[in-house]
Parts: sequence; C-alpha cells; structure tokens
Amino acid sequence: MSKITMREAISQALMEEMDRDAAVFIMGEEVGVWGGTYAVTKGFYDKYGPARIKDTPIAENAIIGAAIGAAMVGQRPVAELMTINFAFSAMDYIVNQAAKLRYMFGGQFTLPLVIRAVGGGGRQLGATHSQTPDAIFAHFPGRRVVSPGTPEDAKGLLKTAIRSDDPILFIEHATMYQVRGEVPEGEYVIPIGKSKIQRAGRDLTIITYCKGLELSFKAAEELSKEGIEAEIVDLRTLRPLDMEPVLSSFMKTNRAIVVEEGWKSFGIGSEVASRIYEQAFDFVDAPILRVAQKEVPLPYNRTLEQAALPQVADITAAAREVLK
Amino acid sequence: MADTINMPKLGFDMAEGTLIRWVKQVGETINKGEVLAEIETDKATVEVESSASGIVLQHIVDQGTVVPVNAPIAVIGQAGEKIEREFLADPERTASAESPKSTTPLPAIQNAGPLADLSAMPGSMQAALMDGPSRVKASPLARKFARERRMDLSRIQGTGPGGRIVRKDIEAALAPGGTQSVDRGSQTLVHGLSSTILQTPDDKAVPTTKLRQAIGRRLVESKQTIPHFYVTHEYKMDSLLEIRKQLIEYLPENEKISVNDFLLKATALTLRQFPNLNASIRGNEVIHFGHINIGVAVTVAGGLLTIVVKDADQKSLRQISSEVKAMAGRAREGKVKSEDVEGSTFSTSNLGMYDVEEFIAIINPPEAAILAVGSAREVPVVENGTIKAGWRMKATISVDHRISDGAEAAQFMQGLAGFLENPARLLL
Repeated sequence: MSKITMREAISQALMEEMDRDAAVFIMGEEVGVWGGTYAVTKGFYDKYGPARIKDTPIAENAIIGAAIGAAMVGQRPVAELMTINFAFSAMDYIVNQAAKLRYMFGGQFTLPLVIRAVGGGGRQLGATHSQTPDAIFAHFPGRRVVSPGTPEDAKGLLKTAIRSDDPILFIEHATMYQVRGEVPEGEYVIPIGKSKIQRAGRDLTIITYCKGLELSFKAAEELSKEGIEAEIVDLRTLRPLDMEPVLSSFMKTNRAIVVEEGWKSFGIGSEVASRIYEQAFDFVDAPILRVAQKEVPLPYNRTLEQAALPQVADITAAAREVLK
Repeated sequence: MADTINMPKLGFDMAEGTLIRWVKQVGETINKGEVLAEIETDKATVEVESSASGIVLQHIVDQGTVVPVNAPIAVIGQAGEKIEREFLADPERTASAESPKSTTPLPAIQNAGPLADLSAMPGSMQAALMDGPSRVKASPLARKFARERRMDLSRIQGTGPGGRIVRKDIEAALAPGGTQSVDRGSQTLVHGLSSTILQTPDDKAVPTTKLRQAIGRRLVESKQTIPHFYVTHEYKMDSLLEIRKQLIEYLPENEKISVNDFLLKATALTLRQFPNLNASIRGNEVIHFGHINIGVAVTVAGGLLTIVVKDADQKSLRQISSEVKAMAGRAREGKVKSEDVEGSTFSTSNLGMYDVEEFIAIINPPEAAILAVGSAREVPVVENGTIKAGWRMKATISVDHRISDGAEAAQFMQGLAGFLENPARLLL
C-alpha cells in the first residue's frame, strides 16, 4: 500500500484506463494544455495528445452533448465539468438524454459515458459555484451517481465507471484533492453500488459519503475520547443506493445520523433515514438525525461559509443528541 | 346520520368483551347515556351506555359474541334511516379492530398502557381501567423487545428524551434487580403445574371465568415478580367495638358502620404518615401517590373484585360506609362501574366475618402493599399481670421489599394501632 492524494488516485485511474483502452478519451474545459483546473490531468496532454485530451469551449451543454454522441458510437468519453454547478447548463443532456437514451431506444446501443464533476463548498467560490446538488442527480433513474470519500475508493470506482457501459456521474469534492490515503498497489477495481463500513463502532451509525466521510472520521475520533464508538458507513454510490451495510450496522447500533454537505431538505439524509424507518422500524431506538448544510445559498464570506457548511462539531453534537 | 356504538375499552389490558345481553332491542328508542347492552370483561359485567340518541337500528353482533374492543356492536339512528354500508359487520373490519389472540393471551402487551405521565398514573390494577387512547412513549425497538419478552412497558421508566422508553431501559428492567421479570416464566410454570394433573373419569373440568383468569394472571405476576415480606400485628379492639356499638344505635339499619369501615379510615389516615407504602415502584424510582385510594376486596361470583374508596383519608366514616355498601352491592350484582374499581393505591382484604385469626394476602400490582385483616375475637389477654378477656384482631401487611423494609412496615402497623385503639380519632 502506498499513501497518495485523491488527486493522484483519480489521475492514476484515468491514466491506467487510457492505457488499457484506446477508446477512452477526456474532454472538458482546461483539461489539456492547462492540465485541469485541479491539476488532475496534468501531463496527460503531453502523453496522449489533443486527439484524446480535448480542450473544449466554455459550453457545458456542448461538452456533455458531444460526449453522449461519442459514447453512442462506441467511444468511452470521460467528460469533465469544471464544477458541478455548471451541470445545470447541461441539464437536458444529463437528465433527458444521458439518463434515458438506452431506455428509450430499447438498448440498441450502450452509453459508456463518465461525467466527472467537481462539487462542494468551502473555497469561497460564492453561492453559484459552491453547491452540493448531488441529490438532484441521484433523484433521476437511468444514470449512476458515484461520489467517493477516499483515494482508494476514488481510483477503484473511477476505473469501474470508465469500464461501465452505462452513463455515470462521478462527483468529486473541490477541497479533497489533497486528502491522502492508502491505495493498493497495482491494478484493482471497486464495484459501483456498494456501500462500505469505513470505521467499525458499536454505539451509533454515521451514514455519509464524500466530504462527509472526512468530517465523520474526525468526529468519530472526538467521540471516541468520550467513549462513544461510531460506526461509519460510506455510501460511495448514491444511485443505486446500497442499504445493506447501513441496515446491518443500524440493527446493531439502533441509532444513526446521516451526514451530507448538501442541504437537508429533500436530501440524501432524508432518503437514507426514510429507508431505515421503512426497512428497520423495529430497530429504531431514537429518531435519526441529519447533519447537512444550512438552508441558505452558500455565503462568500469565509466565516459565514463555514457556519453554513456542516462541521465536525455539528456531527459530534448530533451524535450526542441521538444517543440521549 | 346514524352513529355506531363500539365495544368500549374498559381497561388497558382489555382486548375483547363478551356481549352478554342486549338491553335495548332493535326498534326501541334510546337516549344518550341509557344502557344499551351488558358486556362481560375480564373484570366484571359492565353496562354499555349509548353515546347517541335515537332508535336502535341494528345489533351488529349477537348475544354471546366475543367482540374486540372498538369494534362496532350496534347502530343508532333515526327511524327509517338507511344504514351506511361501513357500519355493517364484516369479519375483516371486526378482526382488524384490535385482534386478540385468545389462544395465547399476552397480558403484558395488552397492558401496554400509559404511565408516562406521573400525574395521571393510576394506582392499581383496576386503575389501569378506562385508560383511553394515551400511550406509552417507547422507541420501536423498545416496543419490539417488550413484545418479544412479554414485558409490560407501562411499568418501565423511560430515560430517553421526554421519558421515552429506549432499549437500555428495557435491558435495565430485565437485569437482575430490574423491575420486570419476564412473564414467560409464569406461563411455563402454569403449564408445568397443569400437566401433572391426573384425571379420572370422576373428575370434572370446570371452565374458569374471565375474572378468574385475570386474577390468576395478575397474582402469578405479582407473586413471581414482587419480593413480598409480611408483618403481623395484634390490635386491641375493645374501644373500637364499644364506640361502634354506640354509633350504630343512632343509625338506620341500612347505614350501619362496619368494623371494616373503621379499618379503612384508619388505614387511610395511617398511610398519610407512610407515603412510601402508598406507592408503586417504577424503574429506579418509587412513585408516592398523591391520593389515598383504598381498595377493598369484595367477593363476587367467579372471583373477587377490588372496589376503591377514593381519598378515603378525607372522608367521614359514614361516607366511606355508604360508598363501600353501594360499590360492593354493584360488584355482587355484576353491575360494577369502571370507576368503582379503578385507581386504588393501597388494597385491603378482610376475612373477619369468616372467623379467621389471620392470613396473608398477595400484593395487588403495581401497589406497594396490601393489608390482610382477620376477625376481632374475644380472647384471654394479660394486662398488668392479670389474665382477662379482651377483644383482639390480627392484621398482616404484605409489602414489596423493593420499596420498603420490615421496620417501616412495623411502624405502619403501630401507626395503625394508634387509630384502631383510639377510635375517637377516626370520628374527627
């Protein structure tokens, strides 16, 4: 095992898959000559050239539309959205085309499309560039939504996504590219649609993913000092949502909180909590609490931005509350 | 629009009732509050009053039918009114009302009444009657645990937010020294005993009444879960008998005050000084009841009922006497009202009229204690070195050792002597 950053893990996944399959290519804003806004594709342009590393105009509908077309004729595009906030410009392609084409054309072709999108707040990018709209995309059937929280998962899941014949939205977090984690040596893939217990515990279950995982690990350490051992279940994939590890953990702890960076209303936490109530009602010992972003457009001001985003202290407070 | 009358729920462990007799027939006029039918429950035969005025349009169930609580039994409306289809008896509707599994009674579940609110906490098994729709606050997990273990949630102290019962409360109750042992044991025991009976053709099986069954369930639970201890005291009754003799001279035949009436008043006044015995244990706390409601065991056909003199410490002897007479009369006639048998906080059982020297009684859960009273007898007594004749009466208190100890029980019995042996105090 070697310890690498999230950026390196994603970069490695892309490179390994490009080396493995000549049909894989990358397109997006600043992905080529500049090496990517977050330097994920640094060096790719020199290695693979403009035919496989395509800089695009600032036109997200064109990026996704072209990627869909390429995928329909047998290429394996990895289209990058500089931020997920720009996905709204390409919403028709993402929701009405990518998510439905295979279905509406009776499976006559595959759609091996990966959309990499960078989401999340915390970098003072203002209300329109800092959103975590994951739940919106997870809402629509027809497209998988993956959002890893560790370098190991990011690499293994992205490789699987690129090899998949279905459209996949792969959501990364803008503040996590420097997160380091152990990654297995050599070739490995991780199946999409499998949640994972990232930390074992007995007292409560924290269900989370992506940035929430990073925060939850810190919260779990603090709670551990108080003698509270939290079990952390990382969803990793939002659609399809794998509840099995969530339910088995909850049936053990009987208490849970769901941590997400997006807004609480109509969010991932609402979905997970509902499913627990539906499928494990007799194991509920306390109401399930949601830790999420405050219900405001994310402020630019650093202090206000941090106040609106979920913090470690919010998680520990919710954990104590749910254990009352 | 027509109204339905439903099988009333007359106690939190009442799941069904038998409709014994229709008092008002189809076509008869009935006013709100008039008696429509008589039903038999675990406890007693009770009259069902109509909650509507009009004509009895339909009897949904026949006499003798066992009906789940809240299931419709009759329709009251105006003459010629069409009965809406939803009122008509259909087996699914009836079954879904609150289906009791009569073959495997689960008293603990059915007992799941509310005791979350202390001020509303009833004091005896009958207190649980008339419980209504309020409920115990418990997490789904706690409910499942209780269901599986046949535990009575109403007797568990919730420590979660707002008094919610959560898993650890159940575990605490189950732990050694917890408030709840499991009913499973009693079930096994009952079956174990009955299997040893050898039947011969000369033996006769007599079905038990619902009342008998309820008593059985309650007292098995009591004797198995409550650590009883007993303290007996002998009382000098000469003064009391003398004062009673004087008093009843002035009272009409049907208002004569009994020795037991004196005893009830004396018990109630003594309890004022011993709140710990006018109490109930719940989890890690003892609830001292705010009222002193004395239960009086009354023999009725098929078992016994405990009628309740409410606030007996504040009532005069004549008032106590007349209430007991009225309630005991109703109990014996099978016409007991639910309020007659609810809310007792301390029970008494008096076998004095049967020439009993002394006996012990089983605590009536969830109360803390019960007083068993024998006969006042003329016996040789020693006073100042001389043997002479005197009237003596023995009484034995059974107390829950989780709540109190021998010394307190003994002091209570002495306190009781202070009233019984100075009966003028009871006239104040």
